[in-house]
Amino acid sequence: MFLLASCGGGPQPKTEISSLPDAQVNAATAGSITGKVFFRGEAPVMPVIDMSSNPQCERRHQNSQKAPQRAQVVVVNTNGTLKNVFVWIKGGLAPARWAPPAIAARLDQDGCIYQPHVLGLMKGQQLEIFNSDAVNHNVHAESVVNPAWNESQPPRAEHKFKQFAAEEILFPVTCSVHPWMRSYVGVSPHPFFAVTGEDGSFTLQGVPPGTYTVEAVHEKYGRKEGTLTLMPSGKATLEFTYGS
Amino acid sequence: MAVKAPSVKITSVKPVRDVFHPGLYRWSLLLAFCTLLLVVAGGMVTSRDAGLSVPDWPLSYGKLMPPMEGGILYEHGHRMIATTVGLLTIISMIWLLRVERRGWLKMLGVAALGAVIVQGLLGGLTVIYLLPWWISSAHASLAQLFFSTTVAMAMFTSDWWLRGTERGTERGTENPQFPLRTLSLAAPICVLGQLALGAAARHKAIGSIYHICGSPVAAGVVLWVSLRILLHYAKYRELRTAALTLGGITFCQVFLGIAAFMTRIAYADAVQPMPLMVTFTVLHVAVGALTMAASVALAILVRRNLAAHAQPA
Repeated sequence: MFLLASCGGGPQPKTEISSLPDAQVNAATAGSITGKVFFRGEAPVMPVIDMSSNPQCERRHQNSQKAPQRAQVVVVNTNGTLKNVFVWIKGGLAPARWAPPAIAARLDQDGCIYQPHVLGLMKGQQLEIFNSDAVNHNVHAESVVNPAWNESQPPRAEHKFKQFAAEEILFPVTCSVHPWMRSYVGVSPHPFFAVTGEDGSFTLQGVPPGTYTVEAVHEKYGRKEGTLTLMPSGKATLEFTYGS
Repeated sequence: MAVKAPSVKITSVKPVRDVFHPGLYRWSLLLAFCTLLLVVAGGMVTSRDAGLSVPDWPLSYGKLMPPMEGGILYEHGHRMIATTVGLLTIISMIWLLRVERRGWLKMLGVAALGAVIVQGLLGGLTVIYLLPWWISSAHASLAQLFFSTTVAMAMFTSDWWLRGTERGTERGTENPQFPLRTLSLAAPICVLGQLALGAAARHKAIGSIYHICGSPVAAGVVLWVSLRILLHYAKYRELRTAALTLGGITFCQVFLGIAAFMTRIAYADAVQPMPLMVTFTVLHVAVGALTMAASVALAILVRRNLAAHAQPA
């Protein structure tokens, strides 16, 4: 049986997180939620990024198979699905305190592009920020719920480690040295989130049985919700569709 | 014995004319020019989204001279020009305090230095606090006021100003409820308000619609003042020139505003600032500064050339 220990007394205010019980997962009843995010309509052509203001950035992509670099605002995969959509369980989980993973989430500045474009991590989880470029970057977390910050990261500088204490989905992380650089970070209170990739699919594993509201968030097309019920040890599927 | 009073021969008193200092005048012109350059550089920083490309202040990446790459070129370039303007203002104030006879002009020099210090602090604070709209807007608005101050200082130190002018009296027959001396003050106030709205819109505190709606008001008041001068006081060459200049600049400014807005709509989905949008927006900011300075100059000249109309008893 897959359990989430209930704290009783209904949902707790988010600020009283220390009073919440630790989340306990019964692996025997854990299920999974899978799905795809589709895109209907004509896929917009993304503009080519002009990196001429910083030739070192431009040179990094001269021999790349993906040259020239295009914006990643809307990336429609060959199978008609949408990449870079953040999917998470928005509602339905019993209030509990989920321990963040010990491993840090990684955000790299590589070729004056943020890798990955959309990143999910948990509250309290470390975010390790790399600068793989030979140029200066500034990293500006434009969070609204969490305190915003803006710090420089010269080449060969030490990695930065950051944490976010509050749930916030999604906020941009930008670089003003290279104004085309923009990624999005989703801070989830629990581990049930995913970002769609090259096949537009997502998988949320180890989910306790229950009825959930699952939300998909795209940087341009916004938010969509779906509701599903996950049976013990079950598998549930959900599809989202965006369009131009 | 009668005491004979000493005879005193009184000659005619010649008014002391303020002395023209060519060097000070040229310095003031240089200060005004560099300030306009600074306004342009500031406009480039905002238009290029480079405001936070240098996260630290007063140093840049912990150095006096960071690598001038990408947005750093605009942000640090802006800081370098600002430093130059600050130094020019300090020297200008010292020069005024040493050679100038007019006390109010000395005070204007001191006020200019105060303004440039506050402006520098606002610039630093907006970087440290990640561009809060009210600090950024205050920074942008004070820049416009400071530029007008430098233009006024150049005007006051010119030989042309010191030679004096033909003075007249306001006629008081046209729109007596709105005397030109009062109306001419309304023009720079309206222009400054419009510039502040533009700054607030640029820093996303308000929608562009407020700035757009403010433009007919500011342009209307400017047009009203200019036309009144051209229709009723055209015989005063200085007023005529100032009115034509202000009207012409404002005309250009309105069209630049339309162009800047249209390019913003056209490039709404762009992933980085587009050159055409940057060009029109920066020109709009720079000509806005010229509009403000021209309206301030006109208000000064109106009060200099025209005495208030004497109301009949």
